[in-house]
Formats: sequence, structure tokens, C-alpha cells
Amino acid sequence: MNRRVVITGAGVICALGRNLAEFHDSLQNGRSAIGPIRSADTSQLRFSNGAEVRDYSHQPYFDDRRADFLDRFSQFAVIAAREAVAGAGIEWTPELREGAAIVTGSCVGGQSTEDIGFHDVYKNGLNRVHPLTIPKTMANAGASHISMEFGITGPSFTISTACSSAAHAIGQAYWMVRSGITDLAITGGSEAPFSFGILKAWEAMRVVSPDTCRPFSKDRRGMVLGEGAAMMTLEPLDRARARGAAILAEVVGFGMSADACHITQPSAEGAARAMRAALRDGGLSPEQIGYINAHGTGTVANDVTETSAIKTVFGAHAGKLAVSSTKSMHGHALGAAAALECLATVLGMRSGVLPPTANFNQPDPECDLDVIANQARPASVEYALSNSFAFGGLNAVLALRNLNGGRA
Amino acid sequence: MSDELIQRVIKTMAASKRIPVESVTIDSEFQQLGIDSMDAVEILFALENEFEINIPDDEVRSVRNVRQMCEGVEKLVAAKEAAKAGAKG
Repeated sequence: MNRRVVITGAGVICALGRNLAEFHDSLQNGRSAIGPIRSADTSQLRFSNGAEVRDYSHQPYFDDRRADFLDRFSQFAVIAAREAVAGAGIEWTPELREGAAIVTGSCVGGQSTEDIGFHDVYKNGLNRVHPLTIPKTMANAGASHISMEFGITGPSFTISTACSSAAHAIGQAYWMVRSGITDLAITGGSEAPFSFGILKAWEAMRVVSPDTCRPFSKDRRGMVLGEGAAMMTLEPLDRARARGAAILAEVVGFGMSADACHITQPSAEGAARAMRAALRDGGLSPEQIGYINAHGTGTVANDVTETSAIKTVFGAHAGKLAVSSTKSMHGHALGAAAALECLATVLGMRSGVLPPTANFNQPDPECDLDVIANQARPASVEYALSNSFAFGGLNAVLALRNLNGGRA
Repeated sequence: MSDELIQRVIKTMAASKRIPVESVTIDSEFQQLGIDSMDAVEILFALENEFEINIPDDEVRSVRNVRQMCEGVEKLVAAKEAAKAGAKG
């Protein structure tokens, strides 16, 4: 059984906005949310900018006692899932709750909580850490709290593949719905990495830009960290139509690969294999793709390697498809990145206005793709890819189809 | 550059990359030594600890060999000493 799978609801909270409408508005206006980091002390860091959810407080979303149990990354996961479920108009029945699936992605989980506990024992000389340190830190906490939020008792788990986490998660959820394992999956990713210890670790990698993120621009100087969550509801097309659900897009393919090459350096071959696998899974030819939401971290190495991989896969068509990296606006949200980017792709196709690469100054001859620079571009696109290439060489690519609001 | 500084840089680099110290000379290119980008950031970390200095990203972007690395370290160590002397004075 191979069922068609559609996205019927989506929710998001990130630096670009606290809901779908705000997120979409920022993307369309090419508004970068990168700015000075406020939730951690940057005086001892070589970089000071990030893409944070500014002035975030749990209070409009969770009462104090519930919030005690949720690290910031889990709060983001639940907030995004609530919006997705509400938007999809899911009507819960005992059967749906029993069979629904949750597949989330997260890279560092609740390491901010762990940071506080370890600071207490290592530095402050305390002899105990808070008893919720483990349940708040575990990377699956987001999925667990989503399950409790809605009373979902079906297959639920978390995938952690660094910067590809959410793409692997959405891909698994897609295959589970496609194959008939479940009739409803809530899937996406969440991350909240703005904690001093984590920022120090990123600083040591020497890949973070001292100013902003300029993917594919000749003067790019690295990535900028972001945070947030995006969640989507996936359902079989027939079922979604039968209940009259609005359809945001169809998920048509998913491909994965491993570089087996280097723990941090990207590989064009590995990236190309993942894109080809996604096309093959979706029964698509390269010429059908009109837009790629690139992994586009803004590091010197990634953007050149990704350009080369796209040219390898698409040949002459590489020059005809539009490319952008929305990391220039919402930052690199690690395990949530692919969910934000999948959603940016869906919204761009659906509205007929593709999101740009912000902060773009100067074309790089080594990144000679049709990069949508700074301003969103009106375009009619039926098929698009969303690329994710993680540290560790684990790659995941989603293929998406625009159904023009469900009319196709 | 003092011989002592050169030897300390070479020893630190060799220990970080886990290669025999004899295989590294002032004229070695990183490429010859098989030093990739991740090896390089580990070496910078080791040098920062060894000399108690902070090596800015911009300073190292063009460093491709041991001589350039020694020159960079020497400059940063001198700046550190000068700052210390200034603080005392």
C-alpha cells in the first residue's frame, strides 16, 4: 500500500514569528531575525548574534507548574504542535488517539537545562542537581510532551541527526503515513541551543559568523545559530479530502544518505545521493523541480559543496531552478532547521512567492546558482526539495508538491 | 622567532594531530601533514591552551603552514606580554 500523503496543518515558533502568519510574513518580506543574543552572556564569546525567539516567556502558553517540566525546546515543540493540530482541524476520536504517531527531531535536546545542573555541581560546588534535569534534558521530551498534550498513544519517537534531525523525522513520519502504519502523524523538530556552554562549543568549531549569515554570498563568514520549532500534521490524501481538510502541500519523496567521509566536512557526493534518493522515492525527474530550499548554512565549505552537488544532480536544469537559504533569516536552528525550512518551502509554493536568501551581498562564482537574493520572488512551482546535510555526514532531503490549496 | 617558541608550536601541533614530532618542521605545509579543517581547529584549541592566548578566527583563515602558525602565535604572545607589562606599569 502506497498512499499519497499531505500536510494538513502546520505550526511554528521561531525568531521570525510565533505563529504561521508571522513566520510567513517575515519570509515574504525577507526580514532577517538575526540580532544580538540576549538569553546568554556573550561577553566571553567571539560572536554575539543569533536568531532567538525574543522576549519569550512560557506564560501565555503554559502555567508555571507545567512549565517546570518542560525545557524551552519542549515548550517550543508543544506550542508548534498545538497550532498545527488546531490548523488541521483534527477531531480526536479514541481510535485516532490510539493510532496517531509523533516523530520529532532535535539535536541538543534540553542541554540548556543540563548546563544549569552541571554548572551547579562543577562550578558552584553544590552536591545535587534538580531532579527534573534528566526528564527535561532528554531529546525525546518534545515528543513525549506532545503525546501528553493530545493524549496520543501511538508510535512516538525522536530522531537526532544533528542538522538533519527534523528532515529525518518528517521523512519517517511521511513513510509511516504512506505505508499505512498510521493515519495521522505529528512531525517536525524543535531546538533551543542558546546556553553558554553550547555557544562556547560552537565557537570552538570556528564556523559561526561574527556578524550575520550570508548563504551563497561571496563575503559569507559562517553560520548563525537559531532556535524554535515547526510541527506539521501529515495525513493520507484520501482521508484529508474526505473530512474536507485544507491541504497545505503534498509530501512526495524522501531520500537519505551517509557521506562515510568526514565527521564535519561536507561531501558533494553524499549530498547528491540524498537528493537523487528523494527524487527516486517520489518518482520525479530532476527537471520537475522548480525550487530548492538549500541547506545553505553560510559556511565557506557548505555552500560550495552544496552548489556542486546540485549541479551534479540537476545538470543543465541546475541553472533553471530557484534556490534560497532561509537560514539567513531564521538562523540555523539545528534539529529544528529542516522543519522550519520544509514549512518555508510549503508556504512559498502555496502562496506563489518563494522566500529569499537575506543578507546577500555579492554573487560567488563558486556558488553560481539562481539564488533568490534578498527579495522574495513570485514564481509558480509545482515541486520543490528541502535539503539537509548534517555534521556527521548524515543527509536527508524532502520532496514536496504544491497542490494549489487542494485543487489538484 | 625564538627556537623555543617554534619547538613548542611544533610539539603542540604534533601532539594534537598524533603524529611524530620529527615529522613536523618549520617548513611543513598543513596539506603535507594531512591537516584538514577539523584538525586545524583542534590545533588552534591546543595552541590557545599551551600559550594562554586567544586566536581570533580572522587571523587564522589564511594560515596554511607551520611557519605562518608560529608567526601568528608569536604575535599574540607578544601582545599578551605587552598587555601584562602595561597593566603592571
